[in-house]
Amino acid sequence: MDKTKAVKYQRPSLARTLNQNKTLILMCVPAIIFFFVFSYMPMPGAYIAFTNFQYNKGIFGSPFIGLQNFKFLFMSGQLTLLLRNTILYNLAFIILGNVLQLTFAILLNEVQSKAYKKTTQSMMFLPYFISDVLVSLLVYNLLNYDFGFISNLVRNLGGEMPKVYQMPNAWPIIIVLVNLWKGTGYGTVVYFAAITGMDSSMMEAAQIDGANGFQRIRYITLPTLKPTVIILFLFAIGGILKGNFGLFYNLVGANSMLFNTTDIIETYVYRSMMNSFNFSQSSAVGLFQSVVGFFIVMAANAFVKHLDPEYALF
Amino acid sequence: MEDNKKTKIVSEHYHPTKVKMDMSDRIIRGVTYVVVTLFSICCIIPFWMIIASSFSTEEAIRRTGFTLWPTDVSFYSYELLFRSPDQMIGAYAVTLGLAIVGTLIGLFTIAMTGYALQRKDFPYRNGIMFYIYFTSLFSAGLVPFYLLIKQTLNLADTYWAILLPLLMSPWLIVLMKNFVKAIPHEITESGKIDGAGDFRIFYALILPSLKPALATIGLFLALGYWNEWYYSSLFLSSKVKYRPLQYHLYNVINKVASLKNSVAGSNVVITDLPGETLKMATACVATGPIILLYPFVQKYFVAGLTVGSVKG
Repeated sequence: MDKTKAVKYQRPSLARTLNQNKTLILMCVPAIIFFFVFSYMPMPGAYIAFTNFQYNKGIFGSPFIGLQNFKFLFMSGQLTLLLRNTILYNLAFIILGNVLQLTFAILLNEVQSKAYKKTTQSMMFLPYFISDVLVSLLVYNLLNYDFGFISNLVRNLGGEMPKVYQMPNAWPIIIVLVNLWKGTGYGTVVYFAAITGMDSSMMEAAQIDGANGFQRIRYITLPTLKPTVIILFLFAIGGILKGNFGLFYNLVGANSMLFNTTDIIETYVYRSMMNSFNFSQSSAVGLFQSVVGFFIVMAANAFVKHLDPEYALF
Repeated sequence: MEDNKKTKIVSEHYHPTKVKMDMSDRIIRGVTYVVVTLFSICCIIPFWMIIASSFSTEEAIRRTGFTLWPTDVSFYSYELLFRSPDQMIGAYAVTLGLAIVGTLIGLFTIAMTGYALQRKDFPYRNGIMFYIYFTSLFSAGLVPFYLLIKQTLNLADTYWAILLPLLMSPWLIVLMKNFVKAIPHEITESGKIDGAGDFRIFYALILPSLKPALATIGLFLALGYWNEWYYSSLFLSSKVKYRPLQYHLYNVINKVASLKNSVAGSNVVITDLPGETLKMATACVATGPIILLYPFVQKYFVAGLTVGSVKG
């Protein structure tokens, strides 16, 4: 609103403003109802984390036990394990993912064949479109002990293929690789768009001044991308407690032999609710994730705002 | 490095080919072709392997494992699937139905909301936007949501439990807002001068110029419904006869009983069931449309990413 208007006219009454904007308000009503029902209505239910939940008594009929669920999760070391796994996986995804995406975007920019750029981008982007269910089948196709493609390759080369689905220590590597496989195309497209959007006159000037390929990347492309990289990085850090449930659940499933190295907050929450019906502990972990995650996002956003208010979320 | 610093006079517009390539350019280009090509191939090879193994005989897979090329070509797994296509057709019908209905409703709602929230003269826009955005910052978690659907709304074992939660997301509304931002405010103003109401302005003037946005967001929604297995696994028990495609695939992969059911009535002795090839064939049938449509719709997703990537 511009200030002159506010000075000229008297502030209209609430009823009048509502009436004037009734159509626009009505247009938002479906979305308002949607988020009310599916996001706000469950919020009081977080109370369940402080109860010993009994299904037939409902959330507010179950006995209140204070912080005992949280205490148990801390004491048993369960929460620490989940936090360790979730954070370490996310750090690996964020750091390796960004390095790979940036590298590919920068390299692609140095190629001049449009057809090549288009084809490779399309090929890299494809894994983003498939469900995690199919991803698990692809991995099974490669690593299955009896018929897996890689198992066979190893055997044909005279090696001994380990039983991967029984090796907890192999999975951090496998999961990180699969995540990179699935997400690199997406990130490359984002960074490539940022590079294409940059001013080409600097490139020309550098070319005329005789900067070589490495120098152009080092002194022009990378600095131009820096703000985008930092901001995407900070927001990624903001979501460091959020795990990619679909990926982990489909790859590991109920294979408890691997839980020590593969269990993240989301998979634990899902399993302890759906399989062990431990609603209270499950929601305690979930609530812990939400609350701590909320403060991390706020901090990340404050950081971004400090760097460049343009990019801050709010 | 020093030798490369000699000045070159270039009159043409910057274009790597037009300039005499020095050593560093050659190295970079060489590395690019090798690395990017290899990675791109890695991205599609697994798909090829699934297709190849779905056309193998079970016997060949037991003998030589999954290979890049089917050793003995066979259509047996597909034959089995189509001999009793009941489950597969049901899954297709459910997924298509959900995707069409959900995408249409979601798209319309998102467009309306995105337009209203982008109107500079709408005094409640910041409040409503915060109300929507807050849900992506804080949530009650899975358990209260699960109990809401199951106990409060009593939607378990109905398709509503899948249709509704996927209708919209804060991210898609922000994306729509960003698309609307590019439409000049004068269009709204001219509509107002002509005496059109806000909904008419949206419907008759704004919506037609939002086509690329509708395509992009519609495809994101449709992809969400097509790949949906998560809400199904939470809310659809075995009482529901037909599951969405990806959840059907999930069951065929993970549960022996579902694998058998998927070809029930085709008179195959269970011990002869070509388990591995059947899984692969089911995967091909369930994912085929995505892969086939992919080349045509890919550009809309790219558009969405460039508009909504940083802010959102």
